[in-house]
Amino acid sequence: MKKGKIIMFLAALLPMLLFVFPLWKITLEAPQYPTPLGMYIYINDFADANPHDIKNINLMNHYVGMKYIPDAIPEFKIFPIGIAITTLIGLVIGIWARYRWYLYWFIMMVLVSTVGLIDFYRWEYEYGHDLDPKAIMKFTNPDGSVMGFQPPFFGTKHILNFTAHSYPQLGAYCLAGGIALGLVAWWVARREKRNA
Amino acid sequence: MKKTIYSFLALFTLASFFFACGEGQQGSNGALTSNAAERVYVAPGEHDEFYAFISGGFSGQLSVYGLPSGRLFKVIPVFSQDAEKAWGYNEETKPMLNTSHGFVPWDDSHHPDISQTNGELDGRYVFINGNNTPRIAKIDLSVFETTEIIEIPNSAGNHSSAFVTENTEYVVAGTRFSVPVPQRDMPINEYKGNFKGALTFISVDPEDGGMNIKFQLIMPGFDYDLSHPGRGASHGWFFFTTYNSEEANSLLEVNASQNDKDFIAAVNWKKIEEFVNNGGGTKMPANYAHNVYDDNTHMATSTMEKEVLVVNPAEVPGAVYLLPTPKSPHGCDVDPSGEYIIGAGKLSADITVHSFTKMLDAIENQKFDGDAYGIPILSFEDVRAGTVSQPGLGPLHTEFDGQGNAYTTFFISSEVVKWKLGTWEVVDRQPCFYSVGHLMIPGGNSRKPFGKYVVAMNKITKDRYLPTGPEVTQSAQLYDISGEKMELLLDFPTVGEPHYAAGIAADIVKERSRKIFELQNNKHPFAVTSDADARVERKGNEVHIYMTMIRSHFNPDNIEGVKVGDKVFFHVTNLEQDYDVPHGISVIGANTSELLIMPGQTESFVWEPKQPGVWPFYCTDFCSALHQEMQGYIRVSPAASGTELKWSLGE
Repeated sequence: MKKGKIIMFLAALLPMLLFVFPLWKITLEAPQYPTPLGMYIYINDFADANPHDIKNINLMNHYVGMKYIPDAIPEFKIFPIGIAITTLIGLVIGIWARYRWYLYWFIMMVLVSTVGLIDFYRWEYEYGHDLDPKAIMKFTNPDGSVMGFQPPFFGTKHILNFTAHSYPQLGAYCLAGGIALGLVAWWVARREKRNA
Repeated sequence: MKKTIYSFLALFTLASFFFACGEGQQGSNGALTSNAAERVYVAPGEHDEFYAFISGGFSGQLSVYGLPSGRLFKVIPVFSQDAEKAWGYNEETKPMLNTSHGFVPWDDSHHPDISQTNGELDGRYVFINGNNTPRIAKIDLSVFETTEIIEIPNSAGNHSSAFVTENTEYVVAGTRFSVPVPQRDMPINEYKGNFKGALTFISVDPEDGGMNIKFQLIMPGFDYDLSHPGRGASHGWFFFTTYNSEEANSLLEVNASQNDKDFIAAVNWKKIEEFVNNGGGTKMPANYAHNVYDDNTHMATSTMEKEVLVVNPAEVPGAVYLLPTPKSPHGCDVDPSGEYIIGAGKLSADITVHSFTKMLDAIENQKFDGDAYGIPILSFEDVRAGTVSQPGLGPLHTEFDGQGNAYTTFFISSEVVKWKLGTWEVVDRQPCFYSVGHLMIPGGNSRKPFGKYVVAMNKITKDRYLPTGPEVTQSAQLYDISGEKMELLLDFPTVGEPHYAAGIAADIVKERSRKIFELQNNKHPFAVTSDADARVERKGNEVHIYMTMIRSHFNPDNIEGVKVGDKVFFHVTNLEQDYDVPHGISVIGANTSELLIMPGQTESFVWEPKQPGVWPFYCTDFCSALHQEMQGYIRVSPAASGTELKWSLGE
């Protein structure tokens, strides 16, 4: 089998590791939490970094009127199907299609992932801004507007007494690696074709 | 006249010489080395190297300290009620203090000992004796709570206790006072020959740590003062010091001090174990409480046991021997190798050391020197390994550093003396302030002591601390023993009277310490694990409140329909699952203590309202930013009123 084809198979299969490894992690540090609170975001679930972390994040957040982190969101159904379909498409392309399709698959994956990230940002924004009007503590920004508690999309941010970190995890790297390999597969296959 | 003046002058010169000397000595001997503070300083946020579990004596409890800092972390309630933790006050723990004499809210806790595996500390449990109403308690070091207490029948002044064998096969509890066995009405002056001393072997389940009295050895009516297990080669034997071999029943300070030698009783428990495993011994009617606390139901149950297996030494030939030991020996300590058995004759100026090898040899060659009630007495010179000659006054207890040195306390001369095993020569001595009793080297009662520090526990402090009226603190003193000379590093006050202590490297214990109780494992019959189940139920004049608590409210927090004359049970579950977030609760006029409830735990208290009104209850442990808001009301109506039972939160 040709190298390009093998790489294309790898590219298509690598994102399947999202079903094993977490996509993202949000960590909250505060002096009272020598072991920080943390939440893993999987493609189909929220999970505690340490036992009961989500419950304890909810308990902290209820003071400022934030909603409880839901047990399930619609994305947990849509994303796994999405990843399964794109992998299937990738495999079909790998078996039957000409190498130029590798590039189309790559572009599709970039678009799909971008949509996913935008959706993640939108969810974070909602979570941080849709506050209970009866919140126990209300904070305002210097300009008088209601302070939001949106965790950072990527990076580190100070929110009141917490330092929040938000970074991609192994699952996200697998997805990114898969997408990148799609491009590599196209480039390798093209060279193979030209040299043939 | 001139002569007199000269004499005065000479005296003055001499005096100033002594003074100067005294001052000079104080500089070098003030016991404190220059960097002592550094060596006991544990920086903020850092952990001590050792745990020290120090008994509370007449406080009945066990306190937990860090070494070398001497900082107090916790007082674990064991035998005495503790209103702070609701121990013996809440419905769940009252059964822990049940005995054959009914509810006993106090005891005198003496000798903690840590469980062992293969002769080394494993850090699972601490055992400790209740001296007054004989009991043995087990503290589980995953939760630092007392989880089992067993009463000892046929015993009185449970003092030669609670020491464990090297695989924690047994916890041993010996009686200090001999008594009629079984107890009966008889003249006191018929003591001799009629009173007996029970030595109790309590088996410990290797899996769950459950205690059970395997057998009691019914010994002659001496006082069994202290004990320690054999280890290594002498594993399978247990040694008890005795005094009052005179069998006096009055004015013991004189009458029990007549014999030149009393005994160390050597008990081959393996032999007796085999005997009882083959059906030996006699089942004797008894009545003693066995109290067990369960970390899943968060409740204790008390069972009255009705029988105990007793063994007469005469039934098991070769199982018990008496080793003559001078002058009412107190401490009975076995060195890490198991070869030397040290008997500190408290009225003697010497320390007697017996040899296990020589003892076996004497037994084999039947070198007996008479018998006491049929128990062979070995001849003193045949079992003696050596004597530490005139090391001080009033020797009490000995511990070991694992480097071939022994450390003995001297009550009367108020000092710790370091001496060498084998050569019996004194190496060093350091004063104690004042009148030291026990001493403790972490792991000292095991094959592998951590020979870095020794803690001396003093009976008297007088001027050592700021005065606090006639009653002043008792004290522990920490010495560095890593060098040739002992160095005094630190004094620290203790809770109650520190009789004895057990120390262990913190690393063995701290990783096993639990942070919370899992709510999903809560099997308390009155637990409420979700808000939806919070409710109030009436059964006749009993009202049961199934309440939850979480930052920062109770559910329910408004309750109506309670009447004067009702017996109101608050069953409160802490729904928190976060480390170090306990909540407390109490209500006006409760004739009991608060509850202090750990995350995932359920506790109950009873309130019997006596007047109509609306009475508040509140959280007693500052739990959160809204702790002050964590409060509620309970309405009490007159006995005859028809107020409907209802409850709510946030309406």
